[in-house]
Amino acid sequence: MTLLRDTKLMFIRNMQHTIRTPVFVFVSMFQPLMYLLLFMPLLNGLQGAPGIPAGQAVQVFIPGLLVLQALFGTAFVGFSLIDDIRSGVIERFLVTPVKRPAILLGRVLRDAVVLLLQCILITLVAIPFGLSVNIYGFLLSLLLYALIGITMASISYGFALIYKVEDALAPTLNTITLPISLLSGIILPLALAPLWLQDLSKVNPFSYAVDATRSLFAGNFQSLGILEGFIIIGVLAALVFFWGVRSLKKMAS
Amino acid sequence: MVIQTIGLRKTFVSKGRGGKKEVEAVKGIDLTVRKGEIYGFLGPNGAGKSTTQKMLSTLLCPTGGEAKVLGYDLARQQEQIRQNVGCVSQAGGADLSSTGVENLVLQAQLYGLDTLTAKKYAAEFVERFQMGTFITRPAQTYSGGQKRRLDIALGMIHHPKLLLLDEPTTGLDPQSRAYLWGEIKKLKDVGVTVFLTTQYMDEADKLCDTIAIIDNGKIIVTGTPSELKSSVGGDTIVFSFQTEETARKAETLLTEKVPKGKVQAKNSSVHLTIEDGETMMPDLLRSLDAKSVEAQGVTLSRPSLDDVFLKYTGRSLREDQIK
Repeated sequence: MTLLRDTKLMFIRNMQHTIRTPVFVFVSMFQPLMYLLLFMPLLNGLQGAPGIPAGQAVQVFIPGLLVLQALFGTAFVGFSLIDDIRSGVIERFLVTPVKRPAILLGRVLRDAVVLLLQCILITLVAIPFGLSVNIYGFLLSLLLYALIGITMASISYGFALIYKVEDALAPTLNTITLPISLLSGIILPLALAPLWLQDLSKVNPFSYAVDATRSLFAGNFQSLGILEGFIIIGVLAALVFFWGVRSLKKMAS
Repeated sequence: MVIQTIGLRKTFVSKGRGGKKEVEAVKGIDLTVRKGEIYGFLGPNGAGKSTTQKMLSTLLCPTGGEAKVLGYDLARQQEQIRQNVGCVSQAGGADLSSTGVENLVLQAQLYGLDTLTAKKYAAEFVERFQMGTFITRPAQTYSGGQKRRLDIALGMIHHPKLLLLDEPTTGLDPQSRAYLWGEIKKLKDVGVTVFLTTQYMDEADKLCDTIAIIDNGKIIVTGTPSELKSSVGGDTIVFSFQTEETARKAETLLTEKVPKGKVQAKNSSVHLTIEDGETMMPDLLRSLDAKSVEAQGVTLSRPSLDDVFLKYTGRSLREDQIK
């Protein structure tokens, strides 16, 4: 199938770029590691508060932190696309018969792979802090992070294709990511929030992802929230990906 | 016909303060490009050259009109056009952090070639464009001329029947330009048709079999370089003399000799405008000599495409470039 072949070519091309400057894979892990080292200790003081069972702070915090990484680690990938638009690379691809979705799919899959590597490393760092992980739950969580990463990367690429310049992209992405992260109970569990805030968080699809990954880490596979999280994020990822492809096709109009 | 368009139009709509604004970039273009020729689209910045090139390469959707490229309908058979046309944009589009070889191999693969063939084609172009010394380095280290060679190789990697080049030599040093002109001319020998846009008179003149002058979204005139030049009225011969008096004598003599030409004395020189300056010149000098009217110097100037542009648009292309 041409789409598969083209996607593979595009994935390899983008992966080569990442491998050429591997330092950025680690630079974007700096933020979550800072949270781990400098913020998580604060939670120990909150043990026993709603949503933070005694001795479970790390158990609650790390899954959320990985969702945070999935959101922020991929939110700014659009900048690399603007580089490619400006240097004419995207136009050069578009004059070939390459399948249009492959151009974006190759990119978001690369972003997902980079993200998963980061999530695994962060988790490994967290284990000495007392994190206990259900291995199957963790593997399923990785799939969920990949979907979140694909969602955010697609949004980022979609706006990059619309704006084509950096100036407008950063504020737009910040405007999107900040409420998403605040309304998903990543940093502190939403059980601490007043009711109206809890209600508001229910319209944020990513709050379901956070709930799902916390259940997965704990090995609570019966939790209905897991299925809910996968369906919501899966549908969202597909929607925004096709929106991104539409923006790419619109470039040629 | 390799390219044929009828009334091809492109209108850009930009939404801004004060509602929608429409800009007619291309206002109905009819052009015919024959197989194997180098067709030059000559005009100033903003004339609609790139927009036309982008429509022909399927990058932009025409607002109106019809076009056939290699016999395929531009509106319905974009896949076939993409597969058989090569295209090099003004920006070039080489991936700067990748090496030239990586760029070439990927580009060939995007046209559906398997890895082995892709590598073979890449090697062929490295050899043909003499890129061996730099092609394994990242493209960001290339000089302007080297990068341009890579850009053009990328557009040709799949051996297209038609090559669209958008301002192929803009910003290049004289040697690189001359080299590329040579390479573009060679394409004719293998039957590749070239459609190129340029804002340089000398480029259109030296390279193209047919030139269409485009200004403000419209084709103003089409023809071979020599047709266009003779349309502005022949060659100019300037004779210079020792004194104004001799010049006036010469003026009288030359007026008798070539009643068809336009003769005019200016200070100590005489300007003669005539159809066939080159072959007339020796004879004219001899007849001046016979009357002991001795010319000190003679220059022959043929009309340039700049004169052509001036005639049809009322502006000089050079003035446009300065603005």
